[in-house]
Amino acid sequence: MLAKRIIPCLDCRDGRVVKGVRFVELRDAGDPGELAEAYNREGADELVMLDISASREGRATLLDTVQRVARRLFIPLTVGGGLRTIDDAERLLGVGADKVAVNTAAVEKPELVRELAARFGSQAVVVAIDARRASPLEAPNWNLGSFESTPPLPSSRGRAEGVTAKVKQPSWEVVTYGGTRRTGLDAVDWARRVESLGAGEILLTSMDADGTQQGFDCELTRAVSTAVRIPVIASGGAGTPEHFAQVFLEGAADAALAASVFHFDQYSIRRLKEFLRRRGISVRL
Amino acid sequence: MIALVDYGGNVGSVRKAIEYLGAAADVIRVQAADAAARLRRAEKIILPGQGHFGVMAHALAESGLKADLSDQLAAGTPFFGICLGLQVLYEGSDEAPGVAGLGLLRGPVKRLQPVPAPQRVWGPASGTKVPHVGWSQLEIRKPASRLLRGIPDGSFFYYCHSYYGPVTAETCAITEYGSPFAAAVERGHVWAVQFHPEKSGQAGLQVLMNFLNL
Repeated sequence: MLAKRIIPCLDCRDGRVVKGVRFVELRDAGDPGELAEAYNREGADELVMLDISASREGRATLLDTVQRVARRLFIPLTVGGGLRTIDDAERLLGVGADKVAVNTAAVEKPELVRELAARFGSQAVVVAIDARRASPLEAPNWNLGSFESTPPLPSSRGRAEGVTAKVKQPSWEVVTYGGTRRTGLDAVDWARRVESLGAGEILLTSMDADGTQQGFDCELTRAVSTAVRIPVIASGGAGTPEHFAQVFLEGAADAALAASVFHFDQYSIRRLKEFLRRRGISVRL
Repeated sequence: MIALVDYGGNVGSVRKAIEYLGAAADVIRVQAADAAARLRRAEKIILPGQGHFGVMAHALAESGLKADLSDQLAAGTPFFGICLGLQVLYEGSDEAPGVAGLGLLRGPVKRLQPVPAPQRVWGPASGTKVPHVGWSQLEIRKPASRLLRGIPDGSFFYYCHSYYGPVTAETCAITEYGSPFAAAVERGHVWAVQFHPEKSGQAGLQVLMNFLNL
């Protein structure tokens, strides 16, 4: 059986690792090269680097940072953040990334996913999806008919149907530009779409949970993971080892990504994996 | 000097790993005019590869390097194939019917068959998907293999492939993914692995080191 993967994430800004709560309030967490090497030693299964530099100068340091990280890393490395073109991807893969992650650019130009897959293979293409739970009031404007809908028919089974019809299906909207812009896209539909375009993997971040350390959004993860046949990496909300167990067992995630809990030495990847193995989850130790 | 044969795939990460382990690599593009001469001078040969069986086999055949490679293998130069570099040791592949491999191992390379998850209680990983991407366990069949020295049975390695070499007498370790396949092979001075040692953390570096130390 494939091992469930534990993936530390380096959010990089201007060549340094930072981590924010709900994408703001950034704290400095260290040198990317040093952190990457430490995670490699500790038993991380992969590493993700997301560039969140706001300035052009900041972004220009990314290639250099990736190269520095890749030099001493012997596990797969995914790099994303602000990637817009095939050329951007080629440069990142050229300096040592194994996979590239696209987010906003994919929403704005879905064909980019297909082009990336055709050029570099699906195994090199990760689509990052940032999703925010829609409030029940504003939810049902996509996927007509799949939400709470018509009143129950007056039949002999009317009562039972009435009960189910009242259960609201949760839904999540895709957001872009670091969570600042709404798209009107349903996260599950979008995941299916990028799979059909050739994405090799989905990196799914709950914008509600991100940075809170209150646990992954298992409901969101499960909804997406069971809708597609490609691996789903759950992200956002990791706080305790139990949260990781939950997202694998309840969320059906193939991998779990976290930043703060690892950067600030709350617990090591090794201890986390030992915990997961005791819970019957297949991990690489 | 370790010859690193580049047929057009990305050999950068293998080169990085070899240099990290303290060896010098000579990256030889198959089209290079002096490719054959450099191959003959090499102490050891590594053939990494990701991509299409037919593309690699054609690149080797058209450049004439296939014959030189076969000569070096026959002369006993230690050889290490990675991923597609393992598959090309077989007679052929279902990925490219009619295209001949190096023919050191019997049988055609076959496509992995996806196994649907009956109930998705454990998520997608309860079935098997193709391509096989991720960390899987090695089941060692020949513990005496020098390539696997220091590698405990059940160690995890990183895979990324859609085709596999069938288990033969030369198979020294297998991996189960839907069905068992050749994860590591050994025949005389020829070794090869289906996984990516350059992406498999400490265990992968150990396998590469074992080859460099042969």
